[in-house]
Amino acid sequence: MAGSNPNAKPMNLTLKVWRQKNRITKGGIVDYQVKDISPDMSFLEMLDVLNEDLLRQGQEPVAFDHDCREGICGSCNLFINGRAHGPEQGTTTCQLHMRKFSDGDTITIEPWRATAFPVNKDLSVDRSAFDRIIQAGGYVSINTGGTPDANEIPIPKDISDRAFEAATCIGCGACVASCKNASAMLFVSAKVSQLALLPQGHVERKTRVENMVAQMDLEGFGACTNIGSCAAECPVGISLENIAILNQEFLAAKATSNNLA
Amino acid sequence: MSWISKTFSSSIGRKIIMAITGLFLCSFLVVHLVGNLQLFKADNGVAFNAYSEFMGHNPIIRTLEIVLVLGFGFHIYEGLSLAIKNRAARGAQGYVSNHIEQNSSWHSRSMAMLGSIVLFFLIVHLYNFFGSLRFTDVPRDANGNEDAYALVLDAFRNPLYVALYVVAQFALLYHLLHGFSSAFQTLGLVHRKYTPAVKFIGYGFSIVVCAAFAAMPIYFYFFK
Ligand code: HEM
Ligand code: SF4
Ligand code: FES
Repeated sequence: MAGSNPNAKPMNLTLKVWRQKNRITKGGIVDYQVKDISPDMSFLEMLDVLNEDLLRQGQEPVAFDHDCREGICGSCNLFINGRAHGPEQGTTTCQLHMRKFSDGDTITIEPWRATAFPVNKDLSVDRSAFDRIIQAGGYVSINTGGTPDANEIPIPKDISDRAFEAATCIGCGACVASCKNASAMLFVSAKVSQLALLPQGHVERKTRVENMVAQMDLEGFGACTNIGSCAAECPVGISLENIAILNQEFLAAKATSNNLA
Repeated sequence: MSWISKTFSSSIGRKIIMAITGLFLCSFLVVHLVGNLQLFKADNGVAFNAYSEFMGHNPIIRTLEIVLVLGFGFHIYEGLSLAIKNRAARGAQGYVSNHIEQNSSWHSRSMAMLGSIVLFFLIVHLYNFFGSLRFTDVPRDANGNEDAYALVLDAFRNPLYVALYVVAQFALLYHLLHGFSSAFQTLGLVHRKYTPAVKFIGYGFSIVVCAAFAAMPIYFYFFK
């Protein structure tokens, strides 16, 4: 295989995995052994091996979320050895490779924890609260009509770069999972500042931030205390600067919007 | 007025209240410190007593006192109730393994605990000095001013008070090491050019102010 290391020795690992039947039952940690794990495997491939073993033994496989397996969808959310997306900075769980671990390691694997993110089953968590926040205002309305020319609206390069940086948020929820306050401010701020920086976002600028923050509070996320765990654990490096922009946008909108309610 | 109450009951609005009251309390610390530096004057409290008499009776100061009480009240109420709300948002089931120390600093996570130590200190501190001066008859010095200096001398003969005052300054130090620049972040006053300076000033402010306050009980206990 291209890029694989022929000298890499297969590893045997002890996994401590959170198992939980459904939303209502209480869960707990269960120990498993996995053998002959290649260091070139991704973390999810290692879990695939575990699940094949479990199926062979007639046991229920471990439920975990994943989709793209290339770091762009934000589904593969695991709390690994006490860190969101595991020990490596700037990676999603699907991009984390077993070469970051050593033979004989014990690895604790838990679901995201937050009141607003209930566990569906095992390691799979309901993050629909994020969808409802986006539905509350994280969009721009595009009216139909003739196709506009490309680059018709001039946007300074540094502004478009900053908007793009904010736009890289994949909605994984590592920010919430790692925050002591289970605050969703980094996620909300990424979308709010992305759209506030761009002219296309200005039409709904005030209602967007008012409605998204209201929905964020309604979902039961905590309030930010500027601890910074979120930005440290974010797989795409969304910065705290966005939260400062969010707070400004919120205050400006509240002070000047026509919304009296 | 519902949009106003909605603004300041939202999570961001409440944070804004924390930041504004927090910075206001920082400005109070400066005034309080500058006045109290007169304790170090070798005049057996003449200047300090005159200052204290002025602070106790000047109508402008007495009005500002109401603002100060409101500032503390909002800061403490919002701070503690946000801490409780955030605890609820975190959820009942915690992580079995959580290495939060690898992504954030201890003092930034301990603001409510540090603030509570400061609050405990504040109650004892008000009882020690403010309570006596405002609500009891204190002997007067040679100039006819209430002898606040004597109260200070007396209180800081007690090693328990000295210890509490010094510990409280450490709590305030760590509260401010995070709080000062955090308030700017909350207010959205962040800029690539100026934020490093805000952080630097915040550290300097916290260390100088807290060290100077802590020096007072130590000075009186050991040298007076
Ligand atoms: C002279 C005394 C005090 C000063 C100068 C002060 C200053 C500050 C500042 C500047 C902040 C940062 C605000 C922000 O992040 O936006 C803060 C946060 C905080 N303070 Fe204080 N504080 C004082 C006393 C207290 C007391 C007595 C409590 C009571 C328990 C308290 C509880 C808190 C809490 C819980 C936070 C974090 C809240 C948050 O970030 O949402 N503080 N303080
Ligand atoms: S801000 Fe970062 S950690 Fe939070 S949802 Fe977006 S990508 Fe994930
Ligand atoms: S599976 Fe899509 S980001 Fe990991």
